[in-house]
Amino acid sequence: MVKPMNDPVLNIDNLSIEFPAYRSTVKALNGVSLQVNPGEIVGVIGESGSGKSVTAMLSLRLLPERSYRVSGGSLHILGRDMLAAKEKDLLSVRGRDVAMIFQEPMTALNPTRRIGRQMTDVIIHHQQLSKQQARAKAIALLRDMHIADPEQVLDSYPFELSGGMRQRVMIALAFSCDPQLLIADEPTTALDVTVQRQVLLLLREKARERGTAILLITHDMALVSQFCDRVYVMYTGAVVEQGVTAEVMAAPSHPYTQGLLSGLPEQVEPGQELMTIPGQVPNLAALPEGCTFRDRCAFAMAKCSQRPPLLAEGASGQRKSACWLSTEKQAS
Amino acid sequence: MTIPLAPSTVALPPRWRDKLAYLGYQVRRSPLTMAGLAITLLVLLCMAFAPWLASHDPNALNLAQRLAEPSAAHWFGTDEVGRDLFSRVLYGSRQSVGVGLFVAFSSCLIGGLLGCMSGVIGGRFDSLIMRLMDIMLSVPSLVLIMALAAALGASLFNAMLAITLVRIPFYVRLARGQALSIRQMGYVKAAQTFGAGRWHIVLWHVARNATPPLLVQLSLDIGAAILMASALGFIGLGAQQPTAEWGAMVATGRNYILDQWWYSTFPGLAILLTATGFNLLGDGVRDLLDPRQQGK
Repeated sequence: MVKPMNDPVLNIDNLSIEFPAYRSTVKALNGVSLQVNPGEIVGVIGESGSGKSVTAMLSLRLLPERSYRVSGGSLHILGRDMLAAKEKDLLSVRGRDVAMIFQEPMTALNPTRRIGRQMTDVIIHHQQLSKQQARAKAIALLRDMHIADPEQVLDSYPFELSGGMRQRVMIALAFSCDPQLLIADEPTTALDVTVQRQVLLLLREKARERGTAILLITHDMALVSQFCDRVYVMYTGAVVEQGVTAEVMAAPSHPYTQGLLSGLPEQVEPGQELMTIPGQVPNLAALPEGCTFRDRCAFAMAKCSQRPPLLAEGASGQRKSACWLSTEKQAS
Repeated sequence: MTIPLAPSTVALPPRWRDKLAYLGYQVRRSPLTMAGLAITLLVLLCMAFAPWLASHDPNALNLAQRLAEPSAAHWFGTDEVGRDLFSRVLYGSRQSVGVGLFVAFSSCLIGGLLGCMSGVIGGRFDSLIMRLMDIMLSVPSLVLIMALAAALGASLFNAMLAITLVRIPFYVRLARGQALSIRQMGYVKAAQTFGAGRWHIVLWHVARNATPPLLVQLSLDIGAAILMASALGFIGLGAQQPTAEWGAMVATGRNYILDQWWYSTFPGLAILLTATGFNLLGDGVRDLLDPRQQGK
């Protein structure tokens, strides 16, 4: 499935950013390293506040300038240093090299303009096409998304379409300029379960056809296990575990991943109480020293007062986790 | 893999016809809006067809017929140099209503765009614009208009400029408030991710969605602008003789008000009727575009 390794499309290396707040700084990302290779579907999973959406937004520099501070690390897209890029260069990267779809298909389209105009605007912005050509391209794109009547959709206003249709329009738009990377920030959260599946299958089908890499950001374990080649588990702004999806799902090595997986409803008999991870996510403005999961971890020990490094496990080097337990297991 | 999709079978009637029918239905529901629309149309017709409707040349002197009473020959009577007042009131609509429309539309356009830009760009630009607007708003508008008109020199065009300038801050504040909430919307974020520049966002996403409240303000403003233009004319800072302008006519007529009531009355009635008409229509437009405000 995974194409041969080239230079990664998205390469985040040891990235830390913080948001200055009143008398404190919120440390949103603490040394995230993340790679997406060409044509690969990578999942990023974590609960609210784990930094997954910030990572996505920062990749395209969509966070309000001056509201955040990069305290270390780098972020490259197709070899371009995104943190140093000028606003003008960003405009050509966004939408052409990297497209992004959001979790709210309801609000992602301008309610006062027809779908057709909104699509051709994007197409014309990035490609040298006439209005007619752009419209023809939009029709082709929509037909590609298995939309039965593209002409009618183009002449519609967003409120005339269902949520699934709107998300399909967004996906069509995302693929309009054949991007190298598609960032999908919880693309199906607002959709019905049946529509969710359709949309995701469509997304994967198109990505595989065109060799587009996808960075799928979600908090849905089931979704990751079905759709992603590799997965990163994030917690308090750092990656705690990464690896090939099947391996991580089969044998999670970080206690946090274990907790997430045992919290799935499939893990218990009907009628029984679901498993939960005790405690709360620590305040990002006052992160504890050492392992940030320590206070909620069943296996916490003395060594956890130091921050565990993200170390490779096994022979492949693909699998990594940030826990002293696995380090010790390896040592012994 | 194919994804089953419900085929869309509903055939829609042509949009514009549907919209027009709906608009007609809404207007018919409110008699006051109807009245406003009727008056406005009447005034606009007078404006357009003044040369054909007028019984005399508005500037032709006839000293034999000075200050004549209303009669079959001179419906509204004549003024102190024997000009036909009916014709002058008709031609005066071009000045007064023209100013009203121009002021409302230009201040809405300029103020709306400025406000949207201010809201989207934010930061120092926003602070600068808004403090400037605050300063303008802190001076009573009529005083500011008079000062500006006097400084620019007394003419109808300068009066128009002065009123436009003074009306701009209202639109800026309105548009900025809208822009602040609109720029948080998903479609603005989405447009950014697809590489839209700032100007595109201001124009196609923010300004476009901020339009309804601006239109409401605009339609309510036309009447006010007509009144202000007339007021300037009345104190001599607007249109100059011999141009037929309602405010100036009322002012001159004031000298004769005890013996020649018709001189001030008919231009005054014209101002009253026109302003009422535009205001009623404005209320109707507000009810149409902003149903939640209805009845307030």
